[in-house]
Amino acid sequence: MIQLNINDQLYELDVEKDMPLLWAIRDVLGFTGTKYGCGIAQCGACTVHMDGVPTRSCVTPVGVTQNKKITTIEGLNSKTSRAVQAAWERLDVVQCGYCQSGQIMAATALLEAQPDPSDEQINAAMSGNICRCATYVRIRAGIREASRALV
Amino acid sequence: MATDRIVNVSRRQFLKVGLAAGTGLTLGVYLPTLRSAGAAAGPGKAGGAMFKAGTFEPNAFVSIGADNSVTVIAKHLEMGQGTYTGLATLVAEELDAAWSQITVKPAPADANRYNNLLWGSTQGTGGSTAIANSFVQMRKAGAAAREMLVGAAAEQWGVSTSDVTVRDGIVRHQATERSVTFGELAERAGRQPVPVEPFLKDPSEFRLIGSHVPRKDSRDKTHGTAIFTQDIQLPGMLTALVAHPPRFGATVKSLDASATKRVKGVTDVVQIPTGVAVLAKDFWSAKRGRDVLRVDWDESKAFTLGTDEILTEYRALSKNPGAVARKEGDTDQAMARAARVIEADYVFPYLAHAALEPMNCVIKVSGDGCEVWNGEQFQTPDQMAVANVLGLKPEHVKINMLYAGGSFGRRANPQSDYVVEAANIVKAIQGKAPVKLVWTREDDMRAGYYRPMYFHRMKAGLDDAGDIIAWQHRIVGQSIIAGTAFEASLAQDGIDQTSVEGAANVPYAVPNITVDLHSPKLPVPVQWWRSVGSTHTAFAVETFIDELAVAARRDPVVLRRTLLKNHPRHRGVVGLAAEKSRWGETLPPNRGRGIAVHESFNSYVAQVADVSVDKDGSYSVDRVVVAVDCGIAVNPDIIRAQMEGGLGFGLSAALSSQITLNAGRVVQSNFHDYTVLRMSEMPDVEVHIVQSTESPTGVGEPATPVIAPAVANALAAATGKRFYELPLLVTG
Repeated sequence: MIQLNINDQLYELDVEKDMPLLWAIRDVLGFTGTKYGCGIAQCGACTVHMDGVPTRSCVTPVGVTQNKKITTIEGLNSKTSRAVQAAWERLDVVQCGYCQSGQIMAATALLEAQPDPSDEQINAAMSGNICRCATYVRIRAGIREASRALV
Repeated sequence: MATDRIVNVSRRQFLKVGLAAGTGLTLGVYLPTLRSAGAAAGPGKAGGAMFKAGTFEPNAFVSIGADNSVTVIAKHLEMGQGTYTGLATLVAEELDAAWSQITVKPAPADANRYNNLLWGSTQGTGGSTAIANSFVQMRKAGAAAREMLVGAAAEQWGVSTSDVTVRDGIVRHQATERSVTFGELAERAGRQPVPVEPFLKDPSEFRLIGSHVPRKDSRDKTHGTAIFTQDIQLPGMLTALVAHPPRFGATVKSLDASATKRVKGVTDVVQIPTGVAVLAKDFWSAKRGRDVLRVDWDESKAFTLGTDEILTEYRALSKNPGAVARKEGDTDQAMARAARVIEADYVFPYLAHAALEPMNCVIKVSGDGCEVWNGEQFQTPDQMAVANVLGLKPEHVKINMLYAGGSFGRRANPQSDYVVEAANIVKAIQGKAPVKLVWTREDDMRAGYYRPMYFHRMKAGLDDAGDIIAWQHRIVGQSIIAGTAFEASLAQDGIDQTSVEGAANVPYAVPNITVDLHSPKLPVPVQWWRSVGSTHTAFAVETFIDELAVAARRDPVVLRRTLLKNHPRHRGVVGLAAEKSRWGETLPPNRGRGIAVHESFNSYVAQVADVSVDKDGSYSVDRVVVAVDCGIAVNPDIIRAQMEGGLGFGLSAALSSQITLNAGRVVQSNFHDYTVLRMSEMPDVEVHIVQSTESPTGVGEPATPVIAPAVANALAAATGKRFYELPLLVTG
């Protein structure tokens, strides 16, 4: 049995230790906000927070996540995440939306670590998250707007 | 004025289309009722009632509940382009609803009620047609509902309908200060006669059209609650992964599934026409099962050429004239008397769509019908294809439309490839469980259906004064429509119009023009990719004209505007982009500015790109100024978003994306070797929309083909070097 702490809730899962956290979250627990895009930590659609750190759940074996606090898009509820999501909605950042959970997880982690990031810091924090609709202009604007609300 | 032989061609014109080039949109608008004739339709309940009793359903597109909710039924796929918002804007405008009371629901697959008016009897989304074909239809749907609400209020109050006004979802009688909500009127409105020809607003009265109207899908997509095919979970559902052959055309010779069947969670291994499917209770188990599957492939009939060999063949073909797509004057004679002849060859790679949600499909068989959960661009062709596999009538295939996590043309497959694969899997297990077919990124990347590889050969003759007197453009590349149901409607005189669009209708006034085409047949599956033929023709035309401008010592903007004398809308966007970008100002060293203009899907886009080039040959695209003329701007903010995203999509192909083949095997497999645009590479984008009273045209695709030539021209301005291949590599 694997014990997981997801969104402040403890779960016991009967899965192999090498199952990636992504599939435990999606297929076993049914939280579908976290997406599959590449399976090799290239696109960032599967980003969750593990002890507050943005983590690619598609390459993180569920076995190494025991005793860690995992947050998915469904569990976001901080001042920062609310500012990010409010900015995303106000600017209509999304297009197809498939990557956006990962983008929001990455942006929230960035602003929690650095509430007033430079362009370079935004690029560094966000360039692991692919958006095929190329909503990058608005993601950047959304981060800046959330930052203004927080600082 | 020269008559373009090829005008405004693409998917929007397939089947029996009534859109005459240059005449604007004339749509036969028909407002079917929500409950179609014979709506019962099998266990899947295709069609049938969508709303509870007491709801006002004036037609198939609008429903007003007693709770004052207004539901707009969207016949098009929402894949990011904003159509749910756009379609709802049109309805809400004429209905005078409050935007906050509107929700959008996907329509079921039903060609009788939800066909694309530009595609005859087919329901589907593509060719940037959603708003163009719906502009009048959705407004009439809203206007009809409004007239019935007004009639109901007048009847209730015993007043004249002419004294009843509607604003933001409230129906009023000013003189007596009475008002009522839509919800309160819903039941009575349902008893009003349905207007045959509802009255539409004059554009000067528009309150939502042309204004900022927020997207309807932002909240769900910002909170992880929007549902995509990947997210569907049904009781007892199995997840299927398929082992596909390593080369196009290979088949299964023999199969050893013993190790696979020992993997915990794996339930079935079945052979299907496209390979071998492994089914399990979840994705990870199916993946582990497939990893140990042993398939011996028969590759005796497989395709074994590589990209280099294909290119050699294409170059050889380009030596000879092809099928003529356009011929005006005498190009050979003019070329012979030209003072200077300039030639250039262009190479374009295969491209994968690489939507972030890899292809997938959920299917469940029950009783004598089936249900599909999918976000797809070709609802009714897919419905037909599934019915054929399962031996059902199309109306017994219920398609539950979901959001698509990108598509860019991929979910409009003429063979319904991945949907048919899912149907074959559920058939192979005799429908014992619902099946979710999931392609991994690698499966998606290597499945083919690429934007074809192309080779272009261009040649122009300049006279003593530097004027272009001859233009020859030869294109070599696979036909997208060959062998598909679209061949009859999209081929003219043996020419695949999607291969030459953007080239055969080159807008520049040159007296002698020849455009011809070779369409070699290869077994590499190909398909439309956001902006289709324009993805390559715009690059060849727009970089070549730039090269000619430099050769003739003309300013690229001035030359374009001169040669666009018969094309005012092209001219207009060139002028606007040039003005807003401060075209002509002196730039610092190692910086370059380039322009390109292109019409696709009846929308006109010009882009001015600014680049910086380092000594080592690396470069960045710093800023892009966009001017777009898409007729009436229904949702300006969505137009801006599509310009930003559309050029960003094109920038991936400009900078680095390509699919190559080595001895028939696809080399790339995932985003580490099929690289796409990332945040650090995204330029600042400034969008300017031309004020227009023309009928609205699409914006999903037209920004995409313009960016690569604009960037190539900017790089040429910065480096003095011309660029003839995509992706653009400054070094080497």
